[in-house]
Amino acid sequence: MMDILSQLFPLPPIPTVPQAVFILIALVTVVGALIVAIAPNLYHNALGLIVAFFGAAGIYALLEAEFLAVSQVLIYVGAISTLITFAIMLTRGMMFGRTSRNNKQVLTAAIMSCLLFVTLWGVIGHVPWPSVFADLPNGEAIIAKLGELFVTTYMIPFEMMALLLLVALAGALMLARDK
Amino acid sequence: MLNWSAALSQFLMNLGLPQEVALGITFFIGALVLASIGPVLALVLIHITRKVISRIQDRLGPNRLGPWGIFQSAADAVKLLSKEDIRPAEADVIAYTMAPLLAVFGVIMSLAVIPFANGLIGVDLNVGVLYLVALGSIGIMSALMAGWSSNNKYALLAGFRVVAQLLSYEIPMVLAMLGPVLLVGSMRMNQIAAFQRLEIAGFNIGAGYTAFIIPAMAMIFFISALAESEQTPFDLLEAESELIAGFHIEYSGMKFAMFFLAQFLNSFFLGAIMVTLFFGGWQGPFVDQLPILGVVYFLIKCFAVYVVMQWVRGTFPRVRIDQMMDFAWKVLVPLVLLLILWQMVALKLPVPTWIQYVSVFVGNIVVVGIVLGVLGRYFRGEQLRTKRAFEPKSLIGTMQPAPETAGD
Amino acid sequence: MLNNYAFVLILSVLAFVLPTTAVVLGWILGPKRPDPIKVSTYESGVETIGDTWVQFKAQYYLIGLIFLIFDVEVIFLFPIALAYQQLTLFGVVATVTFVVILLMGLFLEWRKGALEWQ
Repeated sequence: MMDILSQLFPLPPIPTVPQAVFILIALVTVVGALIVAIAPNLYHNALGLIVAFFGAAGIYALLEAEFLAVSQVLIYVGAISTLITFAIMLTRGMMFGRTSRNNKQVLTAAIMSCLLFVTLWGVIGHVPWPSVFADLPNGEAIIAKLGELFVTTYMIPFEMMALLLLVALAGALMLARDK
Repeated sequence: MLNWSAALSQFLMNLGLPQEVALGITFFIGALVLASIGPVLALVLIHITRKVISRIQDRLGPNRLGPWGIFQSAADAVKLLSKEDIRPAEADVIAYTMAPLLAVFGVIMSLAVIPFANGLIGVDLNVGVLYLVALGSIGIMSALMAGWSSNNKYALLAGFRVVAQLLSYEIPMVLAMLGPVLLVGSMRMNQIAAFQRLEIAGFNIGAGYTAFIIPAMAMIFFISALAESEQTPFDLLEAESELIAGFHIEYSGMKFAMFFLAQFLNSFFLGAIMVTLFFGGWQGPFVDQLPILGVVYFLIKCFAVYVVMQWVRGTFPRVRIDQMMDFAWKVLVPLVLLLILWQMVALKLPVPTWIQYVSVFVGNIVVVGIVLGVLGRYFRGEQLRTKRAFEPKSLIGTMQPAPETAGD
Repeated sequence: MLNNYAFVLILSVLAFVLPTTAVVLGWILGPKRPDPIKVSTYESGVETIGDTWVQFKAQYYLIGLIFLIFDVEVIFLFPIALAYQQLTLFGVVATVTFVVILLMGLFLEWRKGALEWQ
């Protein structure tokens, strides 16, 4: 009897520990993202974003990209979330920021986002992603390799990035001085 | 090398448990031990702080409850436990409740990568140093949350200033952490501690501290750590007389206790990080033969650093917030960047290692001297300019000394 | 290596549960007598004047932005520090250039007065 049932309704296999952890982290990320989109209070949106950033860091850690995970927390949660929160707090009138969540275009928005979702799913499923190279060094050596690549093969983008940061600094100055 | 997780999970597996369950239980026990160190340690630390500061201020400190007043902190904890949990009206419930929890969370998580002895570490993450830096940003977030959600102008203002201070001193601290990482070539905390051995005649006396090679970096880290944990001379945001106790005005009872706890633990753990990075962590004589001795050395060094921090706290006056920000961005950051530059150049000179280290050391002293000299002159010039701007011109040269009073 | 992060995950759960327990314990044990005056916003004993907002100061945002820029720089310096033993002169020069560019950025900010008045 159980065999017939299990043939009619195949149960998913019990997840292994990494899979269970992934489900947990993915849930956290998605919930965070939902809070960003749905919560009426502007500050709660920022908090949801922070939760989503942590979730993303968790996924990086699960993929054994530990340097990326730590950088994610450091830069996104540490610096960018602080900036976003500053922007929210320093804008007068957002203290009681309750904006209406609905406007006249809700239906169009819903249809477009569903279409986008289906398109992305289809595309991601059908792209022949290259498989992970098995001969990458593990652990600390991979971070050292990353550092080495910064200054050898990818030196030009690296220095360009320094210049980009310099330009960003100058731009911030311009913006702040106009106030 | 002690490997507590392997030993414990092996023991559990021998009892017949499957590997994953054994590992899970091992990790749970380890995490439980680490998480409970926090509150217990905090009680000890509060007591030490009170005693040290009271001695500096020429008084006795708590000495009524128990011998040398050691039960005072526990009594305070019980008192805070029984206070009413007042939540201000219109406070943002979620953020208001989460802020103190997040503060403690960030601090306890940093215990996972601090090596107490050779191998006696929660997990020796490959990115140990960066992990610690990332946890600091959680503390920043919680301060901002607390200030905002209290729905109080002063809390918000204080919250902003605290965050500005924390952000400003995070950069010198992280760059100072880069120093030992450059020397050792690894971000693993246990590795950095293990690097600082000193072999004399084949015997490790464990005194090859990084601080002897890059003392300026250690100093910069110490100063930034003082600022990050809001100790004097940088504690103007929790000073009782300024902005009415800062961003945790509206907190009472246990929630306030959580902020308090987080601050004390933060200063201690930053001291522990300094000990690991710059003073060899668990290194000391005989650690190769008896690894558990590392715990003793580590604790001695940590508490020594903590006492020095409290010593500084009781001795120096507070700095103004604009002086503080100036110091961070105009003095510390250029200084530490120049030090890093010199260290990078010196470590690649084609000379034997010990000459490289000596040149790094000399470079430390020289760079500090140059920068302080240049900046000293610059700031003194600024001071003179502002002073002259404020002095009313009519009074210069017309002030007479007060007449002598003849008797009275 | 994933085991390491499993430990971090377990510790994070515990590190969150512990203060929560303490706060809940405090909530249970403490008296609960809400009073409209007690829960009103604290302002040195006087009534709150005006809305709770803070004057916009571009300075805070600028400090946050400068922090972000230097944070990104630091993130790039750490892997380079790990690989430092194997770097050639070319690598050293590249890294030194990187740091010098950012030092110039700091100097620029200084001259333009972005670092003034907290």
